[in-house]
Amino acid sequence: MSMDADDPVQLDRRIVLASQAGLPLDARPYHWLASELGVEPDVLMERFRIMLDEGRIRRIGVVPNHYRLGYSANGMSVWDVPDEDIGAIGKQVGELDIVSHCYHRPRHLPDWPYNLFAMVHGHSQDEVRRKVEQIAQLLGNKARRHDVLFSTRILKKTGLRIGG
Amino acid sequence: MDELDRRIINRLQGGFPVCERPFQEAAGQLDTTESELITRIRCMLDDGLLTRFGPMYHAENMGGALSLCAMKVPLENFEEVAERVNTFPEVAHNYQRDHEMNMWFVLATETPEQLDECVKKIEESTGIPVFNLPKKEEFYVGLHFKV
Repeated sequence: MSMDADDPVQLDRRIVLASQAGLPLDARPYHWLASELGVEPDVLMERFRIMLDEGRIRRIGVVPNHYRLGYSANGMSVWDVPDEDIGAIGKQVGELDIVSHCYHRPRHLPDWPYNLFAMVHGHSQDEVRRKVEQIAQLLGNKARRHDVLFSTRILKKTGLRIGG
Repeated sequence: MDELDRRIINRLQGGFPVCERPFQEAAGQLDTTESELITRIRCMLDDGLLTRFGPMYHAENMGGALSLCAMKVPLENFEEVAERVNTFPEVAHNYQRDHEMNMWFVLATETPEQLDECVKKIEESTGIPVFNLPKKEEFYVGLHFKV
């Protein structure tokens, strides 16, 4: 297995495949995984630390099911803001603790005029609408128009996976 | 769900340590024991309160590509189009939303080229234009589900 130590790209790929569905619930989860992959635990833990440092792993932890926590309304608020101000506005909106994700995305005129997306979750659609209004007040006339799209049905949810 | 479950959900959405006995280290900060923490996480996974426990990979930083795509699907064909779109393994999730732009899905591929190809294939398969909305900048991806 010394080949793995020499080829971090292949090793990282195998680590992703072995851990993307979750870590083993064992007192020594990284040792367990290392033995599955036939590498030294220290080598495997070092790869995890490197992937965290480089941002290839966002974080390690629990992923709550937000529907089960009562956050059943999921509103995608979309905003048409001046391109030259989007960096500052995006940062301001993203820092609000009512916003879980915030992205700058391209417009597709004339069908789609919005360039800023902010996901707002709440216990009801009314609560989400109130939160979206708070954002609208914060942005004032910087937001030329906005809308909020509620999900009415999950059509598919498998999550991100790379192939084997 | 009791006080300890809440603490686990609120404090362990990130920062799970990388070391020989990570549950032991995390348990110390959550005022519990290693074996209790493992049991609680297992129960919450079985119960559906948690969807996953482990590393969350960042698709683009891994060299892959990710994009949000939208379509205006005529309601009379909605089910058939959803079925065709969902057939693609690159479609990670897909939501119906209450807007003229009514189908929203995330595409994930191992390379950026594969993503453009996949958009074309979905357009060919459904006969409906796909609005590709890859992020230009990410401002924040939070950990905000509090209980």
